[in-house]
Amino acid sequence: MTALAALVRRDVKIALRVGGGALIGVLFFLTVVVLMPFALGPDLALLTRLGPAILWLGALLASLLTLDRLFMADHEDGSLDLIVMGRVPLELACAAKALAHWLAAGLPLVIATPALGLLLNLDATSTSAIGLTLLVGTPALTFTGMIGAALAVTLHRGGLLLAVLVLPLSIPVLIFGVAASEAAIGGFSFGAPFTILCALSLISFVIGPFAAAASLRHGLD
Amino acid sequence: MRLSGRGIRCMRGGRDVFSGLDFETCAGEALAVVGTNGSGKTSLLRMIAGLLAPAAGSIALEGGDVELTLPEQAHYVAHRDALKPALSVIENLLFWQKFLGGDASDAKGCLATVGLDHAIHLPAAYLSAGQRRRLSIARLLTVRRPIWLLDEPTNALDRAGQSMFAALMIDHLARGGLIVAATHMPLGIITRELPIGSAS
Repeated sequence: MTALAALVRRDVKIALRVGGGALIGVLFFLTVVVLMPFALGPDLALLTRLGPAILWLGALLASLLTLDRLFMADHEDGSLDLIVMGRVPLELACAAKALAHWLAAGLPLVIATPALGLLLNLDATSTSAIGLTLLVGTPALTFTGMIGAALAVTLHRGGLLLAVLVLPLSIPVLIFGVAASEAAIGGFSFGAPFTILCALSLISFVIGPFAAAASLRHGLD
Repeated sequence: MRLSGRGIRCMRGGRDVFSGLDFETCAGEALAVVGTNGSGKTSLLRMIAGLLAPAAGSIALEGGDVELTLPEQAHYVAHRDALKPALSVIENLLFWQKFLGGDASDAKGCLATVGLDHAIHLPAAYLSAGQRRRLSIARLLTVRRPIWLLDEPTNALDRAGQSMFAALMIDHLARGGLIVAATHMPLGIITRELPIGSAS
């Protein structure tokens, strides 16, 4: 446990220090959402209607932005070799790295959501519903994205391949995240899509670390 | 403890680098893997470290800890030194100490041994190549592992650093450790040579 805690602490610390890139995701999220009213015009009803989709797409793109560094940085400096050799099972080490990535890059997106909701003319109920779906849904984005990040390392290809690999995998998360948010705003049943979103997150917690570890184990050379 | 390889074949990019390689080394012995550039020295070390699968043949360890695999009992010092520029010297070392686990010794004492005690709180980004190598060597000391896999370990070290490291290797061998090193330069200790590639 100390080994995994040390890994999480190290990755969060690196992400929060200068050049770590944790803030880049939030700034990108902010920029995308701020640009939307300029592109769509000052129609408040339209912004409210599109609000959940805009926030979810912004969060999805922002979480993709920093994901390629998840294993690449460790691969470039040789840390990944030592992590693969270590006594900690690689699956758990992958899960610890994904958790650290979510704490540094995913959680700030959730925290920024209430402020961005104001820009899209969303009321308190809608904003908290979207915030809740993002809180439950962004870990799924990180844990499925981890598979793409591991493949990108082993195939020696960077960011763009990652986006192509990961975006299709995030479609279900996006569908149910936006559906739950809109259900809460429109007064429909929030429970069903939200439960499915939770289930998707739980599935990604199981599949993501195993798939990423398998890819790393067979792909390193 | 005995580390041995039988009929190892290494293929990189569809090309045979070496094949039919046999080696054997025992506790208290240092094996120097020598050969020209591209002869497969690093590949052999990575095979022993479990990071690269041999195309044929096998590598076995006898007399080690039966609960642990060969890579779990080995330290690997490679060209890339597994240091994070954003973290300080001591943070880098303490992370590896906690992550690698096992018998840990005093991190500050290890840094003093390798001559980095004046730079404990300096971010690793400001270290020179030689200092980075010294920090990698401190990792060997902070967690005890019986097998050291070293890839050009003395490359960036100054003369004082080389004799410091030679003393550490002699101490490691005296404790019943085992060293496999890929090198072009003499390590300053008694080694048995294993020529590979075109030289074999």
